[in-house]
Amino acid sequence: MAKKILVYVELAGSELAPVSLEVLTKARQLGTVEVVVLDPGASDAVAMLGAYGAATVYAGEDATYRAFVAQPAAAAVAALVEEHHPDLILFGATYDGRDICARLSARLGLTVVANAIDVELRGQEFTAVSSIFGATQTVLIELGGPSPCVLLRPKSVTAESASGPPPRVVKVPLPPDAPRGARRVESVVVPASGPKLEEAKVVVSGGRGLQDPSNFELLEQLAGLLHGAVGASRAVVDAGWVPYARQVGQTGKTVTPDVYLACGISGAMQHTVGMKGAKHIIAINKDREAPIFKICDLGVVGDALKVVPALISELESRGVAG
Amino acid sequence: MKIAVLVKQIPDPSGVGKLDPHTHLLARDQGEVVLDPGDSYGVEAALQVAAATQGEVVVISMGPAKAVEVIRKAMAMGASEGVLITDERLRGSDALTTARVLAAATKKVQPDLLIACTESTDGYTGTVPSSIAELLGWPSLTFAKQLEVSGDKVRIHRQTPNGHDVVEAELPAVVTVTGGINEPRYPTLKGIVASRSRPLDQPTLEELGIDPSAVGQAGAGQRIVSVEPAPQRAGGEVVEDQGQAAKRIADYLAELKVI
Repeated sequence: MAKKILVYVELAGSELAPVSLEVLTKARQLGTVEVVVLDPGASDAVAMLGAYGAATVYAGEDATYRAFVAQPAAAAVAALVEEHHPDLILFGATYDGRDICARLSARLGLTVVANAIDVELRGQEFTAVSSIFGATQTVLIELGGPSPCVLLRPKSVTAESASGPPPRVVKVPLPPDAPRGARRVESVVVPASGPKLEEAKVVVSGGRGLQDPSNFELLEQLAGLLHGAVGASRAVVDAGWVPYARQVGQTGKTVTPDVYLACGISGAMQHTVGMKGAKHIIAINKDREAPIFKICDLGVVGDALKVVPALISELESRGVAG
Repeated sequence: MKIAVLVKQIPDPSGVGKLDPHTHLLARDQGEVVLDPGDSYGVEAALQVAAATQGEVVVISMGPAKAVEVIRKAMAMGASEGVLITDERLRGSDALTTARVLAAATKKVQPDLLIACTESTDGYTGTVPSSIAELLGWPSLTFAKQLEVSGDKVRIHRQTPNGHDVVEAELPAVVTVTGGINEPRYPTLKGIVASRSRPLDQPTLEELGIDPSAVGQAGAGQRIVSVEPAPQRAGGEVVEDQGQAAKRIADYLAELKVI
């Protein structure tokens, strides 16, 4: 009998979140896909969910899910799990996904693998694939117990649509005893120009080697010429030079551009785990021994503060204009 | 106000971690262990809330016996008490078991606020704090890049992909903090001396009401079946910059048809 996979799907505005499309693509390879989507806009997502292979959609449209973080959603998902006993529960590794999964795990006693990059069905058991120690090692984790939960890292799977019949839609009410918990009072969006970091074909990233926050302007200029986005290492984000939204790495974003240009970044595992999927890596760093030189296609041992302005002039002299 | 903060001892993150080839557990014997750098933000956040509310900080850790070193480090920063749950039977516990043990310890401490970092630097599972909140029936305010406690309310700026949400809840609650939320203080000499005489509670699993047969590898709903080196990128050409490097990069970008 086909395995029953429950996928927790998130919306980004009126669209399905990109990571949810990736998780759906993976779920389809493992069994029959049932989706739970808890958002006031859930109904609008149904057609798209069908296009990604969902057979059943459990839709909860109560405004509570958006107003309160994780707790009501975890209660609603727990009720579905107790009723339908899925063989596997998949989440995208997002802020909300992680919180809801953690609560669900505690509520029902389900095991969790966070940061998985793949899930396989081996015989009758699921195995999660996870990379550890900055993706230097890969571990296979056999999952046991009822309804194990897996959080899939963004960009681990390439999203592909499927052609399927429209899914069966089941409305799910807010469980009457669902706790509310932490309330979202306000959402602040920091405006950003240029392509999105996760979608850009070229990413120009900076680290401590830039020496001063004001030098990120050089990277903005360079990224502008290359139609790229600016990223950063955790060190400079923690130091408050640039906002967290720029952070590439384990705790930040995973990027897979055609070209990744690392300027003054040593290449700590924490960082490389978020960018080693780039097609081509160019690195500029003063320290010949920096680990970034072990994974780059073209490395320059030099001062980023000299090389980047020279590169900007060189590009301009070749007629490149952003 | 009583603030509890979770800390973890981890292998020095500047070294390369290793799993024991036979047990597939973290090889904890190699190299130095340090306070997880992420936790220093948690301890600092707890100390700041304590200072603002004339409160005190209790530091809680589960780990091997030498985790006492990182509890003492947090005490040297200013925490007044410590709780260490250490038991050979806990080795190999999964995130859920860890949450159950830490939730039981938190119940014993009875804080108004429990602070943790968003994820450990070694395992980076990141589910333990919210699982603890669920077990305690508390709200959780996660990914805080700003934290403020006033009266019986806690309010944070919660990191989002494009900015932040302002999130608030009533105490008691769990808060997880991101790196960069504050500037962790360094322990002073006076603090280090004082830390040696601060009280440390070491409750047994039985005292915490945890069934010892349900923890460790036996209680884990998952099992590592293999560990393999991940395919690594091969390094390419590395050149010294003698004024020509910008041109070399531009040529490479042209070759890749980026320009």
